[in-house]
Amino acid sequence: MSQLSRRRALGASATALAGLALTGFVRTAAPSGPPAAEHGNRAHSPGGSGHTPTQPKPFDESFKGRRIQGAPSHHGGHHGVGYSVHIDGEELHVMQNADGTWISVVNHYETFTSPRAVARAAVVELQGSQLEPLL
Amino acid sequence: MTVRKNQAHLTPTEKRNFVDALLELKRSGRYDTFVTTHNAFIMSDTDNGDRVGHRSPSFLPWHRRFLIQFEQALQAVNPEVALPYWDWTVDRSPTSSLWAADFLGGTGRSRDGQVSDGAFAVTAGKWPVSVRVDGRGFLRRALGSGGQQLPTRAEVDAVLAMPTYDTAPWNSASDGFRNHLEGWRGVNLHNRVHVWVGGQMGTGVSPNDPVFWMHHAFIDRLWAQWQARHPGSTYLPAVQTRNVVSLNDVMRPWNDVTPADMLDHTRHYTYDTAA
Repeated sequence: MSQLSRRRALGASATALAGLALTGFVRTAAPSGPPAAEHGNRAHSPGGSGHTPTQPKPFDESFKGRRIQGAPSHHGGHHGVGYSVHIDGEELHVMQNADGTWISVVNHYETFTSPRAVARAAVVELQGSQLEPLL
Repeated sequence: MTVRKNQAHLTPTEKRNFVDALLELKRSGRYDTFVTTHNAFIMSDTDNGDRVGHRSPSFLPWHRRFLIQFEQALQAVNPEVALPYWDWTVDRSPTSSLWAADFLGGTGRSRDGQVSDGAFAVTAGKWPVSVRVDGRGFLRRALGSGGQQLPTRAEVDAVLAMPTYDTAPWNSASDGFRNHLEGWRGVNLHNRVHVWVGGQMGTGVSPNDPVFWMHHAFIDRLWAQWQARHPGSTYLPAVQTRNVVSLNDVMRPWNDVTPADMLDHTRHYTYDTAA
């Protein structure tokens, strides 16, 4: 992604536009059943909201020596997810499931309750390695 | 006719031929085109948009076609080679012969997950990981390190007992056989195996690990077993449905093959024992 779109993504957290885009996504993503409750990765969802997709909040923190950031985004990454996650400034490709859980390209077969949880899991998986730029 | 065998029953020669064909595909650059294609679909298949390779009814016929294409590439190197399958309900330990140095090599070392024995260890010089999501150019694994167990035969049988192929909304929230086999819902079969292997197998570039093909060959075989148990059930949706591939729609990236074309695997290969 370009530097311009990255700055835009990082700066989008407070914009109403991004929030509306995300709300629209979440509404259409409402699940017909309760798959989260029977999923095999409950260890990642202590007290998680579980069945109802919620609009994730922005975050910006240091975790195990890496800067992880998440923010609503109107550029939508590769497929209009409406939320961008970065590790040390490089975008982590994330996706929201119909049940509201999240995955990333480095933990693609395991679900997490929030973008922050998926970013933290990616930091653990990366063991200090840098993300490659998204194509 | 191609016969796909249980990997545990391969002879030393069959193992060597399979490994050598993989290394030749890697050397020629063909291997990495499969990794690239898979990751492109992983990143673009979404629950509320177009979805073809994953989290959708066409998960099974898409991977069947993908494996046939890969197997044909192997056979262009050595016509004797067929894709083996890994029955992870039986060979469920990091000490299984699958992970021996004469076949796929073992788990990764603790420091950085690097596989350090067998033909696919980066130190052997023939398996650079080039299509990747991070800076690490070596094959990684962490077999069973997350504390999860591989699925059991009883768990597989419970999923095979589901009579309906797939259900609306035709995605990761669906009930039915396909989504329970894929693992987004229920006891979790296919997804859990990716996580159990760890390393690149847990990522969108999972075909970087040769075990990807043997895992998916077993998933494919379970689809054949499901068909045998439910002769009155078939692929759904049968009628055109927004964002998903119905029975007679063509699938990307080939655009010349439909799920209907993929229902009978015996036109392309058989298994060593009856499904």
